[in-house]
Amino acid sequence: MTTARVMQPGAEAAQAYGSSAGGGGGQVANLGDILERVLDKGLVIAGDIQVNLLDIELLTIKLRLVIASLETAREVGIDWWERDPWLSSKAFDRAADGRDLEQENEQLRERVKELESGRSSREIPRTGRKSRAT
Amino acid sequence: MQPNGIWVYAITERVDLTPLAQIRGVGGRGVRTVAAAGLTAVVEDVGLAEFGEEALRRNLEDLDWLEAAARAHHGVIDAVAQQGPLVPMRLATVYSDDARIAAVLTERGADFRSALRRITGRMEWGVKAYADRQPEASDDSAVTAGASRPGGGAGAAYLQRRRNQLTAQKNARRETLASAEMIHAALSGYAAETRVHTPQAPQLTGIKAPMILNAAYLLDSARGGEFAAAVTALAEQHPALRLELTGPWPPYSFAGTGGEGGLT
Repeated sequence: MTTARVMQPGAEAAQAYGSSAGGGGGQVANLGDILERVLDKGLVIAGDIQVNLLDIELLTIKLRLVIASLETAREVGIDWWERDPWLSSKAFDRAADGRDLEQENEQLRERVKELESGRSSREIPRTGRKSRAT
Repeated sequence: MQPNGIWVYAITERVDLTPLAQIRGVGGRGVRTVAAAGLTAVVEDVGLAEFGEEALRRNLEDLDWLEAAARAHHGVIDAVAQQGPLVPMRLATVYSDDARIAAVLTERGADFRSALRRITGRMEWGVKAYADRQPEASDDSAVTAGASRPGGGAGAAYLQRRRNQLTAQKNARRETLASAEMIHAALSGYAAETRVHTPQAPQLTGIKAPMILNAAYLLDSARGGEFAAAVTALAEQHPALRLELTGPWPPYSFAGTGGEGGLT
């Protein structure tokens, strides 16, 4: 579904495209987008009041932002603001079940090994059934 | 009377304050201007009790305060941007008096002017891509393949199925990243300049699907419609990705005078 996001009066409607109905919507610019721009972009000139958003304060703000919206610090993806490559696969790894699946796979492998060695006392090769089936 | 600081929103060549009369800034007051060297800074007088160094440090850690300040800062910049090109300042740029601001305008006049030239007649648009679809389609075939193999235990079949699943996921991941690169390349063709930003965390976007592209495009104002149409077309060509277009924004991502978006 298309979700209109009008950022400015008189401006063309900004839209979210795609299959999912999610994506917020609403008539004001998303807070995350505004914060990203006013905290991270924009011209930096040294004011007389020295609050350096580039240093530790900025990280603290962002960390707290994430924590505030999360409630459980455990789940914080603490490296999302780092300057890692823009198409970092980390984004995927953090998502949903990536890491869990790896772990589950490992556990399953162990379990299968146990079960099958109990019946046939043969170890399953790491490449799986394929090598024996052919 | 409490001591004041001066909060700077943006630098432009000239601004008409009349349409800005109703705008409240971060301190709740109206904005005014400081002019020097043919440039104008849009500013607001702010009390140091709230905007002094110590207070700012504390307040910036307060999410409610931060949100209000960010929205107010953006609100002023957005309103000024309706009038013409401007260089937006980062949040919390505070000077002690007008003379200091005039000095900065004078000293860095050439930088500001060149930045203004680059963004004249242009606005910033943002495009984000989310990897919306998780690869589940290969599940059934994986199960069948595993089960039909002779001589395997149920556990081994299950293990094989999981392995296939992982492989399918990896392939889908690669395809998704390639799609994002193609989309960025295609959209860059419309832009005078582009910036690729760090993807936002799901906790910040409120969207579970991982963001794999977060880019800004500086477009000639007349190309907005064309660009939006291109985004729509690309969304249709890449159904595994959800694209989100925002804008037009004041040129936050292109405010710098150098290549990397900042005066140092």
